[in-house]
Amino acid sequence: MYDGSKIIVGLLVFVGMMTFPFWNNIGKAAYKTPELKLPPKSVATECVEGKEFMREKHMQLLNDWRDEAVRNGERLYVSQANHKQYQISLQNSCMKCHDNKEEFCDKCHNSASVSPYCWDCHIAPPKKGN
Amino acid sequence: MDTSRRKFLTYAGVSVLGLAAMPAVDAWASDTPYVVSSKQLKATRWAMVVDTTKLNSEADFAPLIEACHSIHNVPDIPTKQNIKWIWYDERERVFPDDENPYMAEAFEHKNYLLLCNHCFEPPCVRVCPTKATFKREDGIVMMDFHRCIGCRYCMAGCPYGARSFNFMDPRLHLDAAKENKEFPTRTKGVVEKCNFCYERLADGKLPACVEASKGALIFGDLDDPKSEVRKVLKERYSIRRKPSIGTQPNVYYLI
Ligand code: HEC
Ligand code: HEC
Ligand code: HEC
Repeated sequence: MYDGSKIIVGLLVFVGMMTFPFWNNIGKAAYKTPELKLPPKSVATECVEGKEFMREKHMQLLNDWRDEAVRNGERLYVSQANHKQYQISLQNSCMKCHDNKEEFCDKCHNSASVSPYCWDCHIAPPKKGN
Repeated sequence: MDTSRRKFLTYAGVSVLGLAAMPAVDAWASDTPYVVSSKQLKATRWAMVVDTTKLNSEADFAPLIEACHSIHNVPDIPTKQNIKWIWYDERERVFPDDENPYMAEAFEHKNYLLLCNHCFEPPCVRVCPTKATFKREDGIVMMDFHRCIGCRYCMAGCPYGARSFNFMDPRLHLDAAKENKEFPTRTKGVVEKCNFCYERLADGKLPACVEASKGALIFGDLDDPKSEVRKVLKERYSIRRKPSIGTQPNVYYLI
């Protein structure tokens, strides 16, 4: 009496549950960047840096921006891409161009499960009511 | 090993020269993309002079407080948990060392304007564990809300009660329609205080209370002998709050 069958059933159930996340995802589409509402061409055609840079590094850029503005008193940023000067400000710069937060920042963040806490203090542009 | 004395001295001399050249190399290497605006008002020690003879009634204080609190989104909470950047109080709490039992009636219960003293030796900065509060090169004692963990050591350290803690979300007591959309609010759990309008100085403007004061507040660089503040301090008698504790306030009161 070694209860072989019970052990094998138990093992199968265990392996099945362990691998659930993998086979549950089979056939599902890979991650795609959601459709974003970019600023209208009349407002701007370029971001403060290149598109790829912004996509990958906007969190570091914002981190540097706030240190430079609040701690070092440097409130202008010279773009490394187009060499224009931009005012360093989350509310008065980023969000003046990207004034549809729901369809831009939020949409991307929701799909990537990030929720920056910045809006506890920084005032978001008025809702566009999409 | 035949390092002669002469060789050693030569190498030592060259190394020291190298060190001396360091700042120049630093400047050359630091082409950061961050720039100070050309509009920035500059100083090495910002200071404010309060002409107390011009500030007497509630009606004299109110516009100054309104000017500050409205642009910085400071809520008005009708309890002890209120937030204040600039306010006023009676003499005995403003100048507690000044305790003559008999004094001129006009001064006994007079109100004085209060705000962060932007001390030259700020005790709040010494106790802050995260450097959320720090002294800038122009003397302004700043709050970096991104680093504040709400420990309130700075409040215990401040001898002037100039700091307020957010016991609740300040937005509960702010009218969203009247908020200044250009400036953030704060959130529950951070400490806040007057910032000498550093964001306005960066834009070439004087602090909001000074602008609203019709000459009752004078603002300038204490290190500059030609500045407005130095001129009035030379002409008129002034006092500062709790001078004996050595914090060296940069807010002066003309009596
Ligand atoms: C002058 C207006 C302007 C400002 C200021 C601005 N952006 Fe942009 N941003 C744009 C435009 C236009 C695009 C689209 C660029 C393109 O398609 O090449 C863009 C693209 C982006 C993207 C990439 C979107 C994608 O398709 O993947 C991110 C992320 C972004 N911005 C974030 C920010 C942040 C964060 C700030 C503040 C630091 C900021 N932007 C400031 C105009 C602006
Ligand atoms: C292309 C998609 C995309 C867009 C558009 C986008 N973000 Fe992000 N953002 C991300 C991702 C992904 C992260 C998380 C990165 C990480 O955790 O390493 C992130 C992180 C951040 C963070 C840091 C959050 C944290 O908790 O550390 C901030 C701040 C931020 N984004 C601000 C913005 C703002 C403001 C906008 C709109 C102007 C914006 N982002 C638009 C994808 C996006
Ligand atoms: C506790 C409140 C609070 C939170 C949370 C907060 N900020 Fe701030 N932030 C401020 C205040 C107050 C200022 C000062 C505004 C000024 O000087 O104009 C500021 C300034 C800044 C600045 C520079 C100046 C400006 O006008 O924007 C940047 C950039 C910034 N914050 C980014 C962020 C980002 C990104 C986050 C989220 C990851 C964040 N902040 C979260 C309160 C906050």
